Amino acid sequence: MTVKQGSAAVCGKRNRDAAKGGERNEMELCFDAVSSNESFARVAVAAFVSHLDPTLEELADIKTAVSEAVTNAIIHGYENFYGYGRHGELRPAYLTVHPGKVRIRCVLEGGVLHIEVSDRGKGIEDIDRAMEPLFTTRPELERSGMGFAFMEAFMDDLEVESEPGRGTTVRMSKKMDAGAWIDSEE
Amino acid sequence: MEEFQIVDNCLMVRLPEEVDHHKAAYISAGADRMLLQEQVQHVVFDFEDTRFMDSSGIGIIMGRYKKIACFGGRVFAIHADRQIRRILTISGISKIVEIV
Ligand SMILES: Nc1ncnc2c1ncn2[C@@H]1O[C@H](COP(=O)(O)OP(=O)(O)O)[C@@H](O)[C@H]1O
Ligand SMILES: [Mg+2]
Repeated sequence: MTVKQGSAAVCGKRNRDAAKGGERNEMELCFDAVSSNESFARVAVAAFVSHLDPTLEELADIKTAVSEAVTNAIIHGYENFYGYGRHGELRPAYLTVHPGKVRIRCVLEGGVLHIEVSDRGKGIEDIDRAMEPLFTTRPELERSGMGFAFMEAFMDDLEVESEPGRGTTVRMSKKMDAGAWIDSEE
Repeated sequence: MEEFQIVDNCLMVRLPEEVDHHKAAYISAGADRMLLQEQVQHVVFDFEDTRFMDSSGIGIIMGRYKKIACFGGRVFAIHADRQIRRILTISGISKIVEIV
């Protein structure tokens, strides 16, 4: 795994304002396309924004969106379906590792978090169709076809770039100050 | 508490802290084994310990629903916190899961 991190994060309560004011912070992660890295990836991105004092809801939104994009890279891009055989039956994990890396790049700028998740896997033939809710090419793995719908619902912006045989890049962004006061009312 | 437990006519599935694709195969396979062995009608998903779920969880619920719906089985979700409820609602699956 390689980790690159940009300008060091400042700490303290005023960071939300600091990030709003146009401070820039960037990080990059690159890891094997295996399912045990799904939780690592979403926690890493959540930790990257933690100095902005995000609300629990913002954190949950980001984690869900990252989890969806990373899972897609692993199971659709590289077809590494941990635990599943060809017909959806359980099989040992060590049989399923295909080489391939998932890359995540995050940029915090002007109070907006930009996340880019990319793979060099098999790519998507029809992006519009893939993004339709409930559409899945892997019903035998019990995929619900809700991945892109969740990314859209939980982030402010979603963009998918893909080329069959070359890979897929998902770009998402989210403004980081929306729910700041809503949550504290509860 | 057991992960899979039979209470009356229900299979109780106690979900882990994080429900994602990495955990999904194990949960689905375990639930199906119990459904086959015990011939119960309904499935109850217990979210007591669950702090995170993505669309893989929707797949688990939909998959079990398909297996029991034709025998009049119903699917319930209990102890779902605000975040889990949001996921269930946005996915539209709250039409088939009864959130109690
Ligand atoms: N990184 C990717 N590489 C190749 N295909 C992808 C990728 N991400 C998504 N897809 C395609 O888009 C479809 C829809 O994705 P999604 O909405 O996440 O649903 P699901 O993962 O449940 O199938 C997938 O079934 C797959 O065919
Ligand atoms: Mg998906």
